[in-house]
Amino acid sequence: MHIAIIGNGITGVSAAIRLRQLKPDWKITMISGESDYHYSRPALMYIFMGHMRYKDTKPYENSFWSRNDIDLVRGWVTEIDVGSKRLIMHKRDPIYYDKLLIATGSKSNKFGWPGQDLIGVQGLYDLMDLRDLSENSEGVKNAVVVGGGLIGIELGEMLHSRGIHVTFLVREKSYWDNVLPGEESSMINRIIKRENMELLLETELKEILDDGHGRVSGVITNKDERIDCGIVGLTAGVSPNIDLVKGSSIPSGRGILVDSGLRTQIEDIYSAGDCAEIVTEGEGRNLIQQVWYTGKMQGKVVGETMAEMDSVYDPGIWYNSAKFLNLEYQTYGQVNNAQGLLSIPDEKNVYWEHGNHLHSLRLVHNGSEVLGVNVMGLRYSHKVCESWIRDRRSPEYVLDNLSQANFDPEFFRKYESEIVGRLREQII
Amino acid sequence: MIDSKVLDYDYDEEQVGFKEPPKAETKPLTLFEKLSLGLVGVGVLLFIILLFNTPLRGTWSGFFLAYGPLVIGGALYFWLSYKDTEPGIKNDGNFFRNITSRGYLAWIAGIFMTGFYVVLYWWPQYLEGGIRILDPHSQLISGAPANQWFLYGFIYTIAVLVFGIRMLMKYRGNRYQQIRTMSVMTVQLGFAFLLPNILKLFSQPEFYFSYFWPLKYDYLFPSSISYFTSSSAGLGLFFVFWGLVMTFVAVPVLTYFFGKRWYCSWVCGCGGLAETMGDPWRQLSDKSVRAWKIERWMIHSVLVFIVIVTAALWINSFTEGRVLGSFSGPAAKWYGFLIGAIFSGVVGVGFYPLMGSRVWCRFGCPLAAALGIFQRYFSRFRITTNGGQCMSCGNCSTYCEMGIDVRAYAQQGKNIIRSSCVGCGVCSAVCPRGVLKLENGKTYGDRFEGSARPIQAFIDSMKHVP
Repeated sequence: MHIAIIGNGITGVSAAIRLRQLKPDWKITMISGESDYHYSRPALMYIFMGHMRYKDTKPYENSFWSRNDIDLVRGWVTEIDVGSKRLIMHKRDPIYYDKLLIATGSKSNKFGWPGQDLIGVQGLYDLMDLRDLSENSEGVKNAVVVGGGLIGIELGEMLHSRGIHVTFLVREKSYWDNVLPGEESSMINRIIKRENMELLLETELKEILDDGHGRVSGVITNKDERIDCGIVGLTAGVSPNIDLVKGSSIPSGRGILVDSGLRTQIEDIYSAGDCAEIVTEGEGRNLIQQVWYTGKMQGKVVGETMAEMDSVYDPGIWYNSAKFLNLEYQTYGQVNNAQGLLSIPDEKNVYWEHGNHLHSLRLVHNGSEVLGVNVMGLRYSHKVCESWIRDRRSPEYVLDNLSQANFDPEFFRKYESEIVGRLREQII
Repeated sequence: MIDSKVLDYDYDEEQVGFKEPPKAETKPLTLFEKLSLGLVGVGVLLFIILLFNTPLRGTWSGFFLAYGPLVIGGALYFWLSYKDTEPGIKNDGNFFRNITSRGYLAWIAGIFMTGFYVVLYWWPQYLEGGIRILDPHSQLISGAPANQWFLYGFIYTIAVLVFGIRMLMKYRGNRYQQIRTMSVMTVQLGFAFLLPNILKLFSQPEFYFSYFWPLKYDYLFPSSISYFTSSSAGLGLFFVFWGLVMTFVAVPVLTYFFGKRWYCSWVCGCGGLAETMGDPWRQLSDKSVRAWKIERWMIHSVLVFIVIVTAALWINSFTEGRVLGSFSGPAAKWYGFLIGAIFSGVVGVGFYPLMGSRVWCRFGCPLAAALGIFQRYFSRFRITTNGGQCMSCGNCSTYCEMGIDVRAYAQQGKNIIRSSCVGCGVCSAVCPRGVLKLENGKTYGDRFEGSARPIQAFIDSMKHVP
């Protein structure tokens, strides 16, 4: 049995490792055009900032792959020949497979802005982007980052670390408030300003200007303001990278359509991670999840279904984490955004924020059960928060046991008694 | 269809892609930073002038002129360069700066520090000028003129204090790092510099409360014991008692409750220097499985070596040289030369800029080996990981001075229980996702992974490859 995996990101790798555990004698080939070895995509920023070298971002030593008998192929797949079960490769012989996993990840969104293909205009997703950024940021004094999200603030921090002045253009009223509640979002607005970066809210990109030599020289906003810059970061989200299957017989919508076992509608072809769109039975939108953790979990599940196990992808209780400049953020369960886009029945929020605006905690509940937890500038235990939500603990129970969830390092100031006092008042 | 620009991408990113000299612009220094560096420059100049036999050498004025500008300028520079930054992680540009990424400056620094140790141990006559500068200070606290060891202790302490200020400023947002740094600064100044000298002032044996066997290997040699016990005023007996308690009671008991960090990153002078002056180079430790394998064999061999040497000396002493007479003496001398001088000094500190700050602690220190065995098999200490939050970025592994591949555990959600971990807590500090936490709580899960018994687990671990 020969398994081919397109993509060596976290999903492809998780699938390969799971498959190897389950099927010691199957042949596994992992193909990537981007890099010889798996690296941690979220760590790209640290290479640019000089915290790590590229090689430090590889989660496994090179010898890991040969020891586990997983073949690595460096090359781009240009076409999937579904009929004869082979992959057409760029400048390489085709690769024949028995089962195929497509784990091609995402692509940065571009919304057809004038000038979006100029030199110095780019997203931040892969090594190609990082290489472009290293070259294009040389000697640049000003940059504009379009889109207020996680990648946007990372890109901003990267450029800032090299002394480049950054201006954010954010469509929303407040940074990332299509995901974060208003208060948390305001904390981010504040820290951006504290680092002397420019934050233009409710401002959109209208046009990117050419310097006459095919390079960016500035942008014009929807308020007809002109901002001079040598780099434009386009970080208005990502979309499933389905270039490879478009026009093939593998059905796709926004992503590659798969069932809950991550099987496509073509026999022996699977897809998982950022590029997959999980078709949900009955009501509800199809599921596209594009974070590291879901990629890792989906990779494990698809490894099992490819090994003929009856696994089903269950997203479980949502969690995520991020770091906005120096501000850490963790979230568990359901937390509504400032725009109120989620419908959470009987949603109630209780919230504490430290006077320095660097620590906060939010509990979302419906009167009897805690549904979600948000922390900023505090570390909370995944296990404990998840168990509160899973076991449908009451807000009172959570407050009684709040300090159990604290995961901050030793000697850090503990705010739990202050938090509990404040939140109790709000619950009554 | 795939973009043709994408298809063209075929860089070997490891060899070519990101290895080229960085194009990052360093931020310009402020006026005060320039002035403080100027002060350091003046200090170096004054120091060199005072090395020569001028009338100022050997006076308090000479002492302050030689060290004042250096120390004040250095401390001021570190304070200024961090004071206006937001609390957080300050690792920007570490792999771009020549001195912190094995550039030629790092080689020069490494050769200079290595050279200093060689001269200190074997040709101290060339340090005469530097020693004489310290005479008034030595007279004051120890009642005798300075010698090369006073000079060494003094410079060592200054380094811990000045770079300690850097550490306190760099980790301004992290109370664990700050308290720990204050601990190593206090221990170095009080217990490893002032107290031993003051003891001499009162005609007591020079004694270091913060070092003990097997790191301070001669403290359990028969010769030291008889020297201490024969000294007047009864303090000598207390020193022997103290040394025995530290080695045989403190090591197992404190390590059981806190892990080896109670010593290695909070008290020990070698650790103190590594955690302060060595901090800029912590990212250079080798994280490979191969290095781990070498480490395990090397450090445990040194422990065996010193146990044999000490035992032989005692057997020899009891039997009055009838057994092992011609073995124990030379063995102790060779240990002192190879391990005590070359490994812990010349290599241990001299190689900071090239191999990271913990070469000695990781590959050579017999006390670290002993503490490590307790930490691995008979301790509550471990680093716990936070569920599924790890995203394998590698900051933890990169900044582990002991070369532990922390990420390998964190990404599987496993606790980190490693004999070499000194508990510095930097992995937890640099983690951008709040994944790692040093803990002493009561749990024993997965400590003897793969084996029911500690001894068998230890033997297995010597051959184990993850």
